[in-house]
Amino acid sequence: MRVVLAEDLFLLRDGLVRLLEAHGFEIAAAVESGPALARALAELEPDVAVVDVRLPPTHTDEGLQCALNARRDRPGLPVLVLSQHVEQLYARELLADGSGGVGYLLKDRVFDAEQFVDAVRRVAAGGTAMDPQVIRQLLARRAADDQPLARITPREREVLELMAQGRSNAAIAGKLVVTERAIAKHTANIFAKLGLEVSDDDNRRVLAVLAFLDRGR
Amino acid sequence: METRNGSWGTRARGIGLAAVRGLALALVTLPGALLGFTLSLVSICLVPVGIGAFTTPWVLTGVRAFADWRRVLAAEWYGVRIPSAYRPIPENAHAWARTYAMLRDPATWRDLRWLQVDMTAGFVTALLSAALVFYPLEGLAVAAGLWRPLAETGGYWYGFVRVADQTSALAAGALGIALLALTPLAPRLLTLHFRLTRAVLGAGQGELAERVRVLTETRRDAVDTSAAELRRIERDLHDGAQARLVAMGMDLGTIEMLLDKDPAQAKRLLAQARQSSADALTELRDLVRGIHPPVLAERGLGDAVRALALRMPVPTEVIVDLPGRADAPVESAAYFAVSEALTNAVKHSGADRIWIDLHHVKEGHVKEGAGMLRITVTDNGRGGAVIGAGSGLAGVERRLGTFDGVLAVSSPAGGPTMVTMEIPCV
Repeated sequence: MRVVLAEDLFLLRDGLVRLLEAHGFEIAAAVESGPALARALAELEPDVAVVDVRLPPTHTDEGLQCALNARRDRPGLPVLVLSQHVEQLYARELLADGSGGVGYLLKDRVFDAEQFVDAVRRVAAGGTAMDPQVIRQLLARRAADDQPLARITPREREVLELMAQGRSNAAIAGKLVVTERAIAKHTANIFAKLGLEVSDDDNRRVLAVLAFLDRGR
Repeated sequence: METRNGSWGTRARGIGLAAVRGLALALVTLPGALLGFTLSLVSICLVPVGIGAFTTPWVLTGVRAFADWRRVLAAEWYGVRIPSAYRPIPENAHAWARTYAMLRDPATWRDLRWLQVDMTAGFVTALLSAALVFYPLEGLAVAAGLWRPLAETGGYWYGFVRVADQTSALAAGALGIALLALTPLAPRLLTLHFRLTRAVLGAGQGELAERVRVLTETRRDAVDTSAAELRRIERDLHDGAQARLVAMGMDLGTIEMLLDKDPAQAKRLLAQARQSSADALTELRDLVRGIHPPVLAERGLGDAVRALALRMPVPTEVIVDLPGRADAPVESAAYFAVSEALTNAVKHSGADRIWIDLHHVKEGHVKEGAGMLRITVTDNGRGGAVIGAGSGLAGVERRLGTFDGVLAVSSPAGGPTMVTMEIPCV
């Protein structure tokens, strides 16, 4: 799997290259600026891009803009965006086209190599990887006076959180130490309570949940 | 032709608006100024007795709010900017100290002078600008048939015409049409009203010294605030991230030692070290957000406020109309002012909806083509918000003061609350 990596801090870039290579990824390019990233995305046609939000020369959200532009030119181009802080505003922009293949994680998540690599793979396969903090922010905002969410049990809420992060039933089952069938039952309940249409497709399911959480805000 | 119609339309609108504004202003001005002046006078007279010391700060604060409201109207309606130069009232001070400070402020006496002008000349100019428009219309109404009921009640004079029958009513109508020619004076008269207000209320040339004093004060505030901020940051770093890194280093040292002897224990410590580093990062992130929020750096004020709104527990709508980015210090001050106003609204108002409006106003009337960043934060809560009294709005006022910005709060009991902030910028 070919990866284009954009990160301006040398230590972190180097670390990410080593981490990804150790897990069998091929680094097509590891760049350190916005323009270089734009070029690499256009010319190298990677399977997935791992991009830092803030890049030189402007040190604004150049990386994010590059990623969004590239996805406009090549819809569905898998992009995993990394940042020192997560904002619902950015998550919304990344998810706006509704086509999946999007990840948005805190840089801290790199600490857990297995989970991080899993997230990269998931995004590359057209799935979603949203940072737990984004999901918690979304839930916190809806929780106050929300009717459908109030009907959800604490356990179902845990499942909902993990599901919104983009994890599959199998992964959620592993994390909560229960069977996949139990999770499937929880998901069915959650979808019924939230009034969402059930879908077997994991990606569509995640996008539906995220859209629900972000609705009307 | 169309452009002509358009310009006629806007002129007519301007005249009508002036009439309505004049009438509203006249209705508020007279009772407001009378009440303010009387209460101030009584309260100040009662200072020697003792009671006045407790009532005076309240009354004078009310008068200031009344004057500030007029400053806002003057700027919004006719672009007449009336600078405000009140000395800050010492917080947490004894009532006597506050009364003394307020009575020593020349701006207080200027306010009282203005109230007298406002209830006389101010009232007349406001009412006249309304009368200029409504009186001709009355003439037309008389001619159209209103004369019948009026004539029945006895002698009715329209101007110098005594209206008794249709003929004299038509004469009144003709007079009304003639008077219609004077209506374009209405907006000018109302502008004159605000110029008059500025002449009395605005700080004059002789008060440059006062301006210097205000600048000194705000500068000291700014320096104090930033020094306090630095102390807070130092403490947070010292007790937070720094301490965690020390713990992590110690853990790593122990791990090195245990690696051969007790791999299981080493593994446990490794997990602990990783947790320490994650915690340190979280703390640093929160700290950074308090110093200069990353979205502000990346996207500017508009998106930073949008991101802030998304974090609020109360549904918050944001409307942004900014042509470009302001200077970084102005952006930062504006961001934290909005943040404070929002926190205030969420904590105290009990609102279930908040609206934020950010826009840039170009002022033709201001020299050097300078503009204003105007921000309003409105909530549908219970109202009753005041500057000071630990509401956090006093902090906002101080923050904005450094940039010659102003804060106005309109918050009647029962709501809604509207906090307006203005910061001069290019």
